[in-house]
Amino acid sequence: MILYTLRRLAGVIGVLIAVAAVTFTIFYVLPSDPAAAACGKACSTERLAAIRAHMGLDRPLWRQFWDFVSGIFTGRTMGSGQYALRCDFPCLGYSYQNSEAVWDLLMDRLPVSASLALGAAVLWLALGLSTGVTAALRKDTLTDRVLMVGAVGAASLPVYFTSMMLIYGLIRVAGLLPYPQYVSFGDDPASWASNLLLPWLALAILYAAMYARQSRSSMIETMAEPYIRTARAKGLPRRTVVVKHGLRSGMTPILTLFGMDLGGLLAGAVITESIFGLPGIGRLFYGALSTGDQPVILGVTLLAAAFIVVANLAVDLLYAVVDPRVRL
Amino acid sequence: MSSTAPDSAATSTTATAPTGSGPWQLARRELRRRASVKVSLAIVAAFLLMAAGAPLLSALGGRSPDEFDKSAIDPYLGGKPIGPLGGVSADHWLGVEPVTGRDLFARVVHGAQVSLLIALTATAIVVVAGTAAGIAAGYFGGRTDAVLSRLMDLTMSFPSLIFMIAMMSVAKDVNRIVLMTLVIGLFGWPGIARVVRGQTLSLKHREYVDAARVGGAGSWRILTRDILPGVAGPVIAYTTLIIPGMIATEAALSYLGVGVRPPTPSWGQMIAESVSFYDTDPMYFVIPSACLFLTVLAFTLLGDALRDILDPRGGRT
Repeated sequence: MILYTLRRLAGVIGVLIAVAAVTFTIFYVLPSDPAAAACGKACSTERLAAIRAHMGLDRPLWRQFWDFVSGIFTGRTMGSGQYALRCDFPCLGYSYQNSEAVWDLLMDRLPVSASLALGAAVLWLALGLSTGVTAALRKDTLTDRVLMVGAVGAASLPVYFTSMMLIYGLIRVAGLLPYPQYVSFGDDPASWASNLLLPWLALAILYAAMYARQSRSSMIETMAEPYIRTARAKGLPRRTVVVKHGLRSGMTPILTLFGMDLGGLLAGAVITESIFGLPGIGRLFYGALSTGDQPVILGVTLLAAAFIVVANLAVDLLYAVVDPRVRL
Repeated sequence: MSSTAPDSAATSTTATAPTGSGPWQLARRELRRRASVKVSLAIVAAFLLMAAGAPLLSALGGRSPDEFDKSAIDPYLGGKPIGPLGGVSADHWLGVEPVTGRDLFARVVHGAQVSLLIALTATAIVVVAGTAAGIAAGYFGGRTDAVLSRLMDLTMSFPSLIFMIAMMSVAKDVNRIVLMTLVIGLFGWPGIARVVRGQTLSLKHREYVDAARVGGAGSWRILTRDILPGVAGPVIAYTTLIIPGMIATEAALSYLGVGVRPPTPSWGQMIAESVSFYDTDPMYFVIPSACLFLTVLAFTLLGDALRDILDPRGGRT
C-alpha cells in the first residue's frame, strides 16, 4: 500500500511535468510577445530588450522551461541587479498584468472556487445518487421512467441556460434571492450560503442528472450480481441488502467520476463563475486569456491538472477501503 | 434483454445469417420497437437536414444570415424587434436579432451547420483515433499497450475545458472551425480507446481469432476482419453517446467567445449574444437554446437506446 502510494505519487509528479511542458510549448510556440505588451506604446528597443531580459524571455526555450519547473520547487530569483525579485516556493512566476505572484493570486481565488465546487458537489451527490438508486430499485416502473426522463432532459441543458433560467426565475421574477455576490464563509456563513445557492443549483442540476443516470445503471448491474441474491437468500432485510451489499460496490464507478469532476471544478468553473460574477479561479483564468497573461494561464492549468491527478490518486486509494475486492 | 449482440456481431462476417435473424437485423428490429428512438431519430434527422441544407433553407426564407434589416427593429426602444415574439412575421419566420435586425431563422440554420459540422467531425476524429489506439493497445499488448495506456492516462489528466479554452484563445490567425474541431477531438479519444482496448482484450483469444491465426492470417487481416467487427457494436453506441458532449463543448467554447468568430453564427455564440437581452427579448435567447437542447437530448436518447441494444454491459470491461 505504501509502496503503491509512493509509486503513484511519482506518477503524479511526472504527469504534472508533462502537463507543464505541453502548456509551456503551446504558449511559447505561439507568436505573442508579452514583453511588447508590458512595454506599452511608447516603447524603445532598449527598453523592450531590458523587459525581455527581466522576464527571462531572452533565454533559450528549454532554459526558460527549466527555470520555471525548478522554480516551483526551490523558488527562483527573477531579473537581476536592482530589479531582482525573489520568488519563493512555490514559485509560479509573476502576473504580467499586475506583477502579483501567481501563487498568491491563485490562493486568493481558491476559496471562492472551492466553495462553489464543494457546495455544488454536496447537492449533486445527494440529489443525483438518491434519484439514481431510487430509479434502479424501481426499475421499469413509472417512477423510474419519470425520473430518468427528467435526468436525460436536465443533462441536456447547458449550464449557462440553467443559470439564466435560475437568475430569471428566482431573482428577477420571484425576487427570492439576491444577485450572487461572494461573501467569505469566515465573515458570514449564512450569507455565504444564500449568495452561493444559485450557482450551486446551476452546477448541481447538470451534474445530478449525469450522476443519476450513471448510478442507476451501475446499481442495476450490481443488484443483478449473485452475491446480492445470496444476501437476500440468507434472509437479510431488503434495506441491509441494498445499503450494505448493493450500494457499496454499486457506487465505486461513481467514485471515479466524482474524483475527476470535483478535481476539475476545484480549479474553477469558468462558465458558472463568469455568469454569476464570482471572483474565482475560473474568472481569473478568463481574464488572463484576454490580456495574454501567460504566467497566470500556465498557473491555472497546472493547478487544475494537479487537482485532477491528486483527486484520481485519492479515489484509487479510497477504492481499497470501499471495495474489498481491490488489492493494491 | 438479449445480451449476445456484440459476440454474435463478431461472427456475422464469416457466417451470413440465413433466415433474417442476424445480429444487426435483430438490433434494427429492437430499435424500431422503441418510441424514444423514433422521436429522437426524427429530431436528429431534422437538424442534420437543416444543417446540410442551410443555404437552401435561408434562401427559402429570403434572408441571408448576415443581412441587417433596420426596418424590423425599433430604434426608439433600443433596437427592440418590432412585432410579437421577438419580431416574428411573414418576412422573418423566427423573428430578428435585436439592434441589428438580422434574421434569426437564417442564423439558427447556419448556426446548426457550423455547430454540427464541428461536433460531428470532432467525433469522427475521436472515434477513428480512439478505436485505432484501443485496438492496437489491446491486440499487440506489451510495450505498445504500455505506451498507449500511459498516453491515455496523461490525456485524461489534462484539465480539458481549461486547456481547450487556452489553446483556442492563443491561436490568432487560423481557421477557427478547423482548429476547434482538432482541439475538441484531441481530448476525446482516450475514453473510447479504453472501451475498445477492453473489448479487444476479451476478443483476441477467442477460438475464431485463434483459428484465423492458425490459418495463417496476418495481424492486419485479423484486426480488420475479426477484431474490428467485434468492437463495432460498443463503438457505435459510444459514438452516439459522445456526440452530445461534443455539441455541448463546441457551444461552451463559442459561448465563452473563444470559438467561431462573428459574423459566422454558431448556437453557443448566439446564446452568448442573447444573454444580455434575455429580459427584453426572451425569444432571442430561447430559440438557439432550444435548438441546442433538442439536439443534445435527441442524440443522448438515441445513444442510450443503441447502448442498450448493441452493448448491454454498458461498455465497461
